[in-house]
Amino acid sequence: MTDTHRASARAIELQEVHKSFGTTKIIHGVSLEIRDGERHAIIGPNGAGKSTLFNLISGRHEVSAGRILLHGNDITNLRPFEINRRGLSRSFQVTNIFHNMTVFENIRCGVLWSKGCRYSFWHRVGGLKDVQRRAEEVMERIGLAQRRSILAGTLTYAEQRALEIGITIAGGARVILLDEPTSGMSRTETTQVVELVRSVTQGRTLVMVEHDMGVVFGLADRISVLVYGEVLATGTPEEIRANPAVQEAYLGALHKEAAHA
Amino acid sequence: MKYAPLNLGRWILWSASALLFVAAPHLFKGGFALTMMTQMGTLIIFALSYNMLLGQGGMLSFGHAVYSGLGAYVTVHVLNQVGSGSFYFPVPLLPLVGGVAGLAFGVLFGYVTTRRAGTTFALISLGIGEMVFAGVLMFPGFFGGEAGISTNRVVGKPFFGLTFGPALQVYYLVAAWCFLSMAAMFALTQTPLGRMANAVRDNPERAEFVGYNTQHVRFLQLVLSSFFAGVSGALSCINFEIVSAENVSAIRSGGVLLATFIGGVPFFFGPILGAIVFVFFVVALSGFTKAWLLYLGLFFVLMVVYAPGGMASLILMQLRVLRAGRWRELAVPYALAALAALVALAGLIGLVEMVYRLSEQGASSVLTALGLSFDARSAPPWFAFAVALAVGLGALRLTSRRVGERWGAIQADLQAKAAA
Repeated sequence: MTDTHRASARAIELQEVHKSFGTTKIIHGVSLEIRDGERHAIIGPNGAGKSTLFNLISGRHEVSAGRILLHGNDITNLRPFEINRRGLSRSFQVTNIFHNMTVFENIRCGVLWSKGCRYSFWHRVGGLKDVQRRAEEVMERIGLAQRRSILAGTLTYAEQRALEIGITIAGGARVILLDEPTSGMSRTETTQVVELVRSVTQGRTLVMVEHDMGVVFGLADRISVLVYGEVLATGTPEEIRANPAVQEAYLGALHKEAAHA
Repeated sequence: MKYAPLNLGRWILWSASALLFVAAPHLFKGGFALTMMTQMGTLIIFALSYNMLLGQGGMLSFGHAVYSGLGAYVTVHVLNQVGSGSFYFPVPLLPLVGGVAGLAFGVLFGYVTTRRAGTTFALISLGIGEMVFAGVLMFPGFFGGEAGISTNRVVGKPFFGLTFGPALQVYYLVAAWCFLSMAAMFALTQTPLGRMANAVRDNPERAEFVGYNTQHVRFLQLVLSSFFAGVSGALSCINFEIVSAENVSAIRSGGVLLATFIGGVPFFFGPILGAIVFVFFVVALSGFTKAWLLYLGLFFVLMVVYAPGGMASLILMQLRVLRAGRWRELAVPYALAALAALVALAGLIGLVEMVYRLSEQGASSVLTALGLSFDARSAPPWFAFAVALAVGLGALRLTSRRVGERWGAIQADLQAKAAA
């Protein structure tokens, strides 16, 4: 009883996760808990291993050692589609969409599996009302309903980033991983994306890698600081801001950079 | 919604093609036309099934004839058994036998080939093609060795008065299966699997992150495709009444790749056009000239370089201009370019034909064309054709530049209008 309760309280759990590429160690024994329903940001300097951590959780890379649990179930080294089917969906830092398909078709690709369509070759996809409705709903939410028939490759950069998020959330996964959703955006676009992320992750667990500290401190319930492949600290935004080690290793440096600029 | 009008157009197109299938033997009379149209129907099925891999699933196969060929072998044995009275099976349903056989071999080989995409898939498909070809020659008991296995399609009681002896009846059998297969393969593009095959073609990584095992998608797509390949194999068995190692050969696999690409890989109907043109080259042109394969190769290379979307993309591009009412601006540049191309083509054909004639042992060196006779052993025709080729190519460069400019301007206009 208490076990299942504890398991359900944690969306993701990383236990002593290591990752090396050849002889280069990227992640040195990361242990981390993401609570169910929280918005958790992972910050840290370039090369700290944030994206690698995402790739390990979502199954893009295999871990060298350690365990990863999703809602209490072991997902270590499962393949990406298996992890996705267990309710974890991710976006990419470099836009990763279906360029030769329309906006609508892109979103629909994200919906199909979650609606039980599997590999069906006996249903007409246009006749699947459930799928259609969900795709319309997602397009509405990401603000691309007017652009439904446009080829994804011809969208503007900001629209492609929104589509990236749309594909990620389309399947209704309970845990969402967003890799730098605001990268390369202007200030107004960033504000829009923050609102979008806030609304689409309502009632879900969000883990995101983000460089924009304004976004991080505005959106996150808790923050983990990753430096050289290790978690330096985890805590609420206030705790992280007040943490001298974090100041030293990362935030202080950022402030100095900002002062020089 | 934007979808409704398209569907009406679809109905018109499908009805028109059904009508064309029925009317074709009355429009193009004669045994030769009938032979050609029967082969076209068979190749249309084969090319469409090939495009399920290449166009829709992004799988470049060099061994697709394996599935049509083995389907044909199984069909020929069933047909012979029916002929010897072992059991009864209606001839018009034999394509189902070929299809199921193709599908079974698709399951067997596809399990290996579809584990990887891209170059690996292409190479393994080539390997399996060679392997099966070698295997066919190794087991003459089942495959009949080099000579193959012959059969007689007129067996058993007539099927509702049809014996399938006359070529016309075979044509209509092929036409019916061709139409059904076209409709079925089009329907498949509209299913979740069909759509995810496109997704896996465009971006396999992302497909895995929305819950799809790309290996399974490729495998199922290949298995379904090999069913239709088997159907076409069975039809060719019924039509030619012989199945030999050539049916599974790399030449067949290469041929269907050529036909599909010429027609247009990005479009569903592309391979239909490709199959028609390909059969025309192989059957009709080979009756006129020994150099037909050279012309076919040249045509293929030109398409790959200048129209990678195939004939289908060329036609669709013209339709767009036509619909916008701008074709008048292109009429004169097109006519000039066509004239230049004709001159160049005449020069090229002249040179090629003379070379072929001289390479032929014991043939007369005098050629006749358009009422003119000339000797390939004398200098003047060589000189004349070379000049025609050079002048034609030069003029083509100039005229095509003009077409390009007009074309670019119209496209820019249309895009500006679409964006506004």
